[in-house]
Amino acid sequence: MRNLFQLLWNNNFFLLYVILQGVCFYLIVDEQKYHQAAVLNSANSSVAKIMSTVNEAKVYLALRQNNESLALENAQQKAFDSTKFFDTRTQTFTIKDTAYLIQYTYTPAKVVNNNTNKRNNFLTLDKGLANGIRPDMGVISAGGAVGVVKDVSEHFATVQSLLHSKTKASVRLKNGFYGPLTWDGVDPKFATISDISANVPVHKGDTIITTSFSTLFPEGILVGHVEKVEANPAGDFLKITVRLSANFSNLSYVYIVNNKFKLEQQQLEAHTDSVDKNAN
Amino acid sequence: MLIDIFKILLRFIVLVLVQVTLLNNIQLSGLVNPYLYVMFILVLPFNMPKMVVMVFAMITGVVVGVFTNTAGLHAAACITLAFVRPGVLKLLSPREGYEAETSPTIRDMGFRWFIIYSAILVFIHHLVLFFLEVFRFNEVAVTFTRVIFSSFFTLLLIVISQYLFSKTRAER
Repeated sequence: MRNLFQLLWNNNFFLLYVILQGVCFYLIVDEQKYHQAAVLNSANSSVAKIMSTVNEAKVYLALRQNNESLALENAQQKAFDSTKFFDTRTQTFTIKDTAYLIQYTYTPAKVVNNNTNKRNNFLTLDKGLANGIRPDMGVISAGGAVGVVKDVSEHFATVQSLLHSKTKASVRLKNGFYGPLTWDGVDPKFATISDISANVPVHKGDTIITTSFSTLFPEGILVGHVEKVEANPAGDFLKITVRLSANFSNLSYVYIVNNKFKLEQQQLEAHTDSVDKNAN
Repeated sequence: MLIDIFKILLRFIVLVLVQVTLLNNIQLSGLVNPYLYVMFILVLPFNMPKMVVMVFAMITGVVVGVFTNTAGLHAAACITLAFVRPGVLKLLSPREGYEAETSPTIRDMGFRWFIIYSAILVFIHHLVLFFLEVFRFNEVAVTFTRVIFSSFFTLLLIVISQYLFSKTRAER
């Protein structure tokens, strides 16, 4: 025993390295855990404060593009404003609004930290628990789908972006065929869909939109356009390269989507699952 | 002695700030992320005990990593660098040994020596960092390309900043 201690003491440099490496691996695992507010992350308010200062500067640099995208969005909104239409209806009727329940609400948020040059990318937003933000809410921008809220603190939230090895967004073509969207880690402008069978007609320029399967995004949010279609080596599935419509390297303002029926949908699905398992 | 501690602290703050405010926002085709901050660990004086260097490396990694939610990754890469550093120093040691009170910089050791020294250590740091980040081995080719490109740019930045911030060069 004494020899063992002697040995460890003589190799104390190596020992220190092993101990610190242990701490590092704890941190790495801790950071990757879902739903857990890690102590050392950028939603930590003092770090977030520094990042928001840096971002102030970046926002100025991107002001022109932001104005353009906001103007575009305004124009779209205006086009749908009912007061701008000439009313050709002759019948008048009152709306009984119990027929429609609001399913999705949108909270605008500013991006205070963002990166696209890692294998696994995150964004930090300036809205948190205090604004009703919870983990697992979807995040979209004027351009298209952005990611999923991973972690929230009182006033900030971190978002696992589409540019992350573990993000699998459920997307579909306009003709209804769907598959998971993943990112290969190279170019932040492109992502890949790999599970669509080879006999589906797909053409360059086809629109890719979200499905409501994952309960994260509303149905039909723009994700991108088909850039390239290849068959996989076996020839039974397509590898579709998608040009993402959200410009990840230049995100300033995004919307956090709250699906009010998410819990209901998930509970029902879980219930069906368990009933199904018990029946077998 | 006190002035040395002050200088080290100042260098730490400057390098970390440059890293998190400027370099983390650099995006060149998704393959290049320079990590200039490792220079802080590279140029710590020769006579600093290796245990102390390792503790400094740990702190540096955690601080830089916190800004990108990757404290563990950067810390792991940094302490690996600190772990290998004494070996590399021994390997590259001049016949008469290192002079006391000098640091592994271009000014004290010359360009040729410094470029070999930092190339080895930067490469090891980036190798650990990028492979731990990906944590899977079916992307070896892409990840390795990123390691090579990023190491090159980090090295370039280190050499540039060495020339910018060293006052006089030694006569060797």
